Amino acid sequence: MTERLVVVGAGMASGRMLEHVFEASPGAFEVTLFNAEPRGNYNRLMLSPVLSGEKTYAQIVTHDEAWYRAQGVTCRFGERVLSIDTDAKTVTGERGSLPYDKLVIATGSDPFMIPLPGRDLQGVIAYRDLEDTERMIALGARPGARAVVIGGGLLGLEAAAGMQARGVEVTVVHLMGHLMERQLDPSAGYLLQKALEARGIRVLCKAVSQEIVGEDGHVTALRLEDGTDLLCDLLVMAVGIRPATALARAAGLAVNRGVVVDDRMATSAADVFALGECVEHEGALFGLVAPLYDQAKVLADTLAGRPAAFVNREVATKLKVTGCDLFSAGDFAEAPGREDIVFRDPGRGIYKRLVLDGDRLVGAVLYGDTADGAWFHGLIKDRTDVSAMRDTLIFGPAFQGGAPADPLAAVAALPPEAEICGCNGVCKGRIVQAIEGGATTVDLIRATTKASASCGTCTGLVEQVMALTLGDGFTANANPPMCRCTEHTHEDVRRLIKSMGLKSIPAVMQELGWTTAGGCASCRPALNYYLLADWPDDYRDDRQSRFVNERNHANIQKDGTYSVVPRMWGGVTTPAELRAIADAADRYNVPMVKVTGGQRIDLLGVRKEDLPSIWSDLNAAGMVSGAAYAKGLRTVKTCVGSEFCRFGTQDSTGLGIRLEKLLWGSWTPAKVKLGVSGCPRNCAEATCKDVGVVCVESGYQIGVAGAAGMDVKETELLLTVPTEAEAMEVIAAFIQLYRENARYLHRIHKWVAKVGLDWCRDQVADPANRRALYERFLHSQTVYQADPWAELARRPQDWAPIADLTLRAAE
Amino acid sequence: MTAMIDIAALDDIPRQGARVVKTPLGCVALFRTATDEVFAMEDRCPHKAGPLSEGIVHGSQVTCPLHGWVFDLATGRAQGADSGAVRTFAARTEGGRVFLDATLLAARSAA
Ligand SMILES: Cc1cc2nc3c(=O)[nH]c(=O)nc-3n(C[C@H](O)[C@H](O)[C@H](O)COP(=O)(O)OP(=O)(O)OC[C@H]3O[C@@H](n4cnc5c(N)ncnc54)[C@H](O)[C@@H]3O)c2cc1C
Ligand code: SF4
Repeated sequence: MTERLVVVGAGMASGRMLEHVFEASPGAFEVTLFNAEPRGNYNRLMLSPVLSGEKTYAQIVTHDEAWYRAQGVTCRFGERVLSIDTDAKTVTGERGSLPYDKLVIATGSDPFMIPLPGRDLQGVIAYRDLEDTERMIALGARPGARAVVIGGGLLGLEAAAGMQARGVEVTVVHLMGHLMERQLDPSAGYLLQKALEARGIRVLCKAVSQEIVGEDGHVTALRLEDGTDLLCDLLVMAVGIRPATALARAAGLAVNRGVVVDDRMATSAADVFALGECVEHEGALFGLVAPLYDQAKVLADTLAGRPAAFVNREVATKLKVTGCDLFSAGDFAEAPGREDIVFRDPGRGIYKRLVLDGDRLVGAVLYGDTADGAWFHGLIKDRTDVSAMRDTLIFGPAFQGGAPADPLAAVAALPPEAEICGCNGVCKGRIVQAIEGGATTVDLIRATTKASASCGTCTGLVEQVMALTLGDGFTANANPPMCRCTEHTHEDVRRLIKSMGLKSIPAVMQELGWTTAGGCASCRPALNYYLLADWPDDYRDDRQSRFVNERNHANIQKDGTYSVVPRMWGGVTTPAELRAIADAADRYNVPMVKVTGGQRIDLLGVRKEDLPSIWSDLNAAGMVSGAAYAKGLRTVKTCVGSEFCRFGTQDSTGLGIRLEKLLWGSWTPAKVKLGVSGCPRNCAEATCKDVGVVCVESGYQIGVAGAAGMDVKETELLLTVPTEAEAMEVIAAFIQLYRENARYLHRIHKWVAKVGLDWCRDQVADPANRRALYERFLHSQTVYQADPWAELARRPQDWAPIADLTLRAAE
Repeated sequence: MTAMIDIAALDDIPRQGARVVKTPLGCVALFRTATDEVFAMEDRCPHKAGPLSEGIVHGSQVTCPLHGWVFDLATGRAQGADSGAVRTFAARTEGGRVFLDATLLAARSAA
């Protein structure tokens, strides 16, 4: 006999429950599903990726029309249930009544709205459903739009980050002293705040909202207690949720803070059950889906007449803001008898705190490096005795002699919304879909999703996704791994650093499963470069991960001495500089003074302990390091151009100097040399440089990808531009493109051969894109354009032997 | 037990780096690892005499800056396909100071 099962609310909990019901008791129920929202079940969690643009609504629908039809569910969407009569066993919706044999209440919760004056103004919303999300998305389409979010918890921050990603200027107003105070302690909250601020979100903690100000019925500002007005076009309140209990309460069910249910999910009325955020179980309320899924299973069993009992379990929290890695689980309040284990690396923004109660782990807060979150969570849930591994506990499972890391693990662990192809914005989920839809070669993936169809640097990752999805059915192209410490290629590592937001060498090694403790001399310099190029604000150069020449800012010679080359802008010097160089050469007995191919003067054979003083002397004469050792900008070679030469068409010397002043100090995957010639006679040999400019009457021909080393190759024309200003912008943008995309140690010509000149040209020809590249370059220069000599000369003792035992022995 | 002499403060050596000690036996590289262990070995690669103190320190190994030979800091032995070894000396830390094998001193005094 089929029973009539009526479900109020088509949310995350009831959706999962229905799946279990149809599986556990096929044909037993004739289901009617009410939903106040005008749609069926969708993945509410994923509203945040929809908001930030990483997903579309269609991608987050969990049950579609076909599913309801197949299961025979009568859908009454867009219809609110108004009352329940538990005696007559009927429910009444906005469009009529209906009898039930079994009733499930799954009404979720209502966002709590602070009763501030002005809260009824237009433009004051909560963050709960698709309508709210669409309001925020619409705001992003308006240039210069501003939003205020009240509440610095999980929801508020996801709303803020999502709107910010859509170009809205966002301020978060939070009452407490630090963000996410329910999940994070103050240290982690602080790191989170810093990370959000770095991406342009304004965060005000300890800020008390007083009034919502409006004009013509629409919100214009939030006024704080101290009188500050935060101007906004939209105000989002995300300060908490309250179980939606009005319906149950009116029906006379036992309601405390939530609808009271027992272990079987039964309410106080016969044949009426409840689950989800609207319930209260043994005094506990719910706000995350994991326990709701357990409830769904239990209730399906209960409805099938099988014994089952719900046990509330520990849940862990992760913030779904791409680039902010945080994890929190269990209880981390301070209490007598509890002990903390803390690990901090402020330079890299990593913070880990474990809370122990006797021999058990009871809480964990991880910020910046959350790879071990699941493992800690397991220890908390299982109440494992951790006394034996206490000393190394904080370093995670890798230190406990567990299974070796799986090279595919990092990619396997990526969430479906993680971006794999940066050029075309293709996420992992879409690639998996395409593979499942029959795209079984990289070419087919390119054709169907465009992933790896542009610059191609993500090809290795796409292949890994294929390997994971297809299993043995896939054989990858042989693209060798970066070094013996990892299975990933350079290209994969670069992309994963970006998409996983990895900001330190240990984070890369941890998250990508490095098989060695501290890497090797091959991967460490590469990682150091990738990190400083991708995160100029967050990452600090690691000197100890550099090769000797860059570490010592001088080229080591075969006898262990060094060479010193001061910068001569555009190859132009002065008598005073030449005198200072001559004096230095005398004073430090420099065995050879040589003019280089890049129009510089090289002092060869300087002893290491003399470096700080020779640098100080040259600094005093106004010279800075010529970076003749750097994988970075080396030299700009120029001819005399229109200033002195009768053929000169433009001021090639001046342009060279200005280019060098713009570009010096930047680190690049390999060395970069420029040349500027004043006419096609090309006296500066600009056409075999990494970037070479040949001036012509009508402007500037910018050639790239030349070489005059082991390979000799002429430059290819990137663009011709009419003005010097444009030439500078194009060149800086092109170098930034190279900085962001090339593999470490690949010179420009190698990289261009791989990605194609056309692709490079498209990138820098587009004015908006060029501008963005240029600005990112300038931003990086604010950090890296600094003379290393002055800094390094400050501690001369570091350059001499640390001790001289030959002297001590003689004493 | 070997006699040890106080050389310097641990913090005078950069983490994952090295400093040189001049001794009657030639230059000795004093390494400090990421986990603050210290090791001492001859500052001279057996291949082409590269200064090992200028190499990149990774785990408890160092890579020679000249041609990339890798040595185990504890044993001084070349790793992988290369063969050869560098002489090592006893070194340890105590109370934030670094101590080195005193025989390095004695070598000259006895001579
Ligand atoms: C933006 C966002 C991000 C989130 N991110 C996470 C996360 O990362 N991790 C996590 O664990 N949790 C997250 N959550 C919380 C999670 O979504 C909720 O815990 C979960 O959706 C609750 O499920 P539910 O079925 O109880 O309620 P809901 O999913 O809210 O469903 C209740 C449904 O009932 C309907 N309804 C209410 N009253 C009536 C009525 N009288 N008649 C008819 N229909 C009615 C409502 O319209 C609603 O559609 C997030 C929530 C939001 C809003
Ligand atoms: S390249 Fe042209 S402008 Fe420059 S020096 Fe030679 S001939 Fe003169």
